[in-house]
Amino acid sequence: MSSSLTETDHGAASHGGSGPPARVVPRWRRGLRPYLLIVPALLLTGGILYPFGLGLYYTVFDFAASKPQPDMVGLANYRRIFGESSFWDSAWVTVLYAVGAAAFETVLGVAVALLLHRSTRVGRVLEKILILPLMIAPVIAAIMWKLMLQPSVGVVNYLLKPFGMGGVQWTDTPAGALLSSIAVDVWVYTPFVAILALAGLRSLPASPFEAAAVDGAGWWFTFRKLTLPMLWPYVLVAVIFRFMDSLKVFDIIYALTEGGPGDSTVVLQIRAYLEAIRFQRYSFGISYMIVLWAVVYLVTMVLVRYLGKIQNRAAEVPK
Amino acid sequence: MDMRVHDRRRFLALTAAASATPLLSACGAGFGGDEGGGKGGSAADEVTGSFDWKKAKGRTVKALLNKHPYTDALIADLKSFTEKTGVKVEYDVFPEDNYFDKLTVDLSSGRASYDVFMLGAYMVWQYGPPGWLEDLGPWMSNSSATGGEWDQGDFFPNLLQADQWSLKAGAPLGQGGQYALPWGWETNVVAYNTEVFRKLGLKPAETFDELREISGAIKRRAPGAGFDGMYGVAVRGSRSWATIHPGFMTMYSRYGLKDFTVDGGKIKPAMNTPEAVAFTRDWAEMVKKGGPPSWTSYTWYQCSSDLGAKKAGMLFDADTAAYFQAVKGASPASGKIAFHPGPKGPDGSLATNMWIWSLGMNAKSRNKHAAWLFLQWATGKEHLRKAAVEGNHIDPVRKSVSQDAAYKDKMKGIEGFIETFETVVDQTKIQFTPQEQFFDATTSWAASLQEIYGGKNATSVLNGLASDLAAKVG
Repeated sequence: MSSSLTETDHGAASHGGSGPPARVVPRWRRGLRPYLLIVPALLLTGGILYPFGLGLYYTVFDFAASKPQPDMVGLANYRRIFGESSFWDSAWVTVLYAVGAAAFETVLGVAVALLLHRSTRVGRVLEKILILPLMIAPVIAAIMWKLMLQPSVGVVNYLLKPFGMGGVQWTDTPAGALLSSIAVDVWVYTPFVAILALAGLRSLPASPFEAAAVDGAGWWFTFRKLTLPMLWPYVLVAVIFRFMDSLKVFDIIYALTEGGPGDSTVVLQIRAYLEAIRFQRYSFGISYMIVLWAVVYLVTMVLVRYLGKIQNRAAEVPK
Repeated sequence: MDMRVHDRRRFLALTAAASATPLLSACGAGFGGDEGGGKGGSAADEVTGSFDWKKAKGRTVKALLNKHPYTDALIADLKSFTEKTGVKVEYDVFPEDNYFDKLTVDLSSGRASYDVFMLGAYMVWQYGPPGWLEDLGPWMSNSSATGGEWDQGDFFPNLLQADQWSLKAGAPLGQGGQYALPWGWETNVVAYNTEVFRKLGLKPAETFDELREISGAIKRRAPGAGFDGMYGVAVRGSRSWATIHPGFMTMYSRYGLKDFTVDGGKIKPAMNTPEAVAFTRDWAEMVKKGGPPSWTSYTWYQCSSDLGAKKAGMLFDADTAAYFQAVKGASPASGKIAFHPGPKGPDGSLATNMWIWSLGMNAKSRNKHAAWLFLQWATGKEHLRKAAVEGNHIDPVRKSVSQDAAYKDKMKGIEGFIETFETVVDQTKIQFTPQEQFFDATTSWAASLQEIYGGKNATSVLNGLASDLAAKVG
């Protein structure tokens, strides 16, 4: 037998003469098998990495509509980004937005989950209604809220009029515009946090709560000492998703304020969009996106590491 | 086990090499654009012999169009083009909010997905230098490609010149290549609600001071006179280049102010001169005292609908934005909207900025002759007259259409429209300095205007804007 024909497929030859004749698998094919198995994963990874790599490559040029044959500029785009005050302004707005949205959504989401966990008939109905905002595209939600927040014809000021607040100009001031954008984000994504928290609540063991009830522990004590520590891993997963997403926000803010008034709601994604698409400075715009990617990546790594610790603690895994 | 075959490091090295191949080939593949436009001869030179509409029979032209009443009139008449030429037209229509993003991405990709498309004159400054637009000059001057009845001299010269540029930043319009053809345009004037003006005893403003005064007066007095929630003047305010170009730039120009000055080929921002600062402060003040609530989110849609809904006493914007509210049955204010050229500058100037919906050809089109026949037909007398009389193509780019009896008869039902059009048409032109950073500059300008409206010091905001722009356009 040739050295490349050393084994039979699935060891069929050893089963005797009852089955079909044993098929000899060449060694080279056996050697290839592990690689064939990872081809789908490899293609997927390539599909992700290729555009990313190409984007990264573009950032070392000064490619723009006005410069279709660009020169290599090394890290000049990054130096320019970090040297511009507009970048730091946008980074600050992005962080404010992400922290604000993730914090409100977490607190409200957990509160809603606790209410729904009581499993009343109303709760079961509300549970279904609650996910409706999640089914609306964020940009549609933002346009909807833009109309509702419109001071002269919007329903929000109409409802506030009896309380003497009919003249609020929601998106006309920097603080108002940022808070309104966060409010829309909260409206859309709080159900996401609530659903995750509710799933967490339903998976908690009953015995600690029964023991606490027997010992006469109050609601607040039980929540603080039992519910929250055990629920925390689930909440943290929601926080990681929401924080990552909020750092990358574009649609809600762009549809609501276009980044205004002034530059007050120009987050990093909007600046990248303006640079790359509107102003057609492609390399510079992509550099913004790479910086944003690095920020999101680092923040996520930190949060995921923290999540691991929390999960270990919740599961009482000895270190 | 054969360790050599399963060597992980070797495998990773091979994978990395394979992955790097397309990346490295991309290095040599270029970036999808050309260096400048107008290289080599024009495809128009290949068209010879006598002119014949049927010369490209059997071809198909792909058009990218923006959703607009002008577009509706074009689409309604496309059958005539196909009958005349034997050329079919396939088109995609996108709403204005994402139309230009779609067009920009498509052109910058270097593909020829669309042979012809709608664009504004400002877009020539962005799409022209990378060589994305076909220079239509050679097509216009080739009598084998262009029929005698097309009649270039019939266009309002300022409109034709607005799409003509030498591709040099700061160089005036009207020189160099013809990168698009004017097809429909909009002049920026004042439209007002005659009912509220009559009730409050007001007359259209002849000066900027009067405009500010009247705006404030309407906001103060109109709600008490039966116009619940009415404010004075609707002007755009969103953080977009589109906020600067209509009413603001028109009044700014009537004051003799410039966006940039050009000295020896060097462009210098001029929006922070003491006169410009004073004007900008007054404009922001006018909006505060007589403008719409939530002004910083106002686009032309809101401005137009507020005039129609009797929420705004006046509109200082494109005449089309008011016209479509003024026609019978279109809005609660229809029949009560009149037009006026708007306030004059201190020296009586009625300099007006304009928007021109133009038609351009993709320089990468593989179907240029058929595309040119389409552009020629769409900007020709026959279609434009039909679109003006039967459709809503209300601002004719051709002199003959503007003087057409049927057109005038149709428009005379809108108070002051014809008179206003005729008063400003010769003084209407692109008031901006042509340069590639137009959209960046005007978006930043709009953001500055919002900051001044929000109470920031106008001088320091505009100085900051000028210094930022000097680095970008200088």
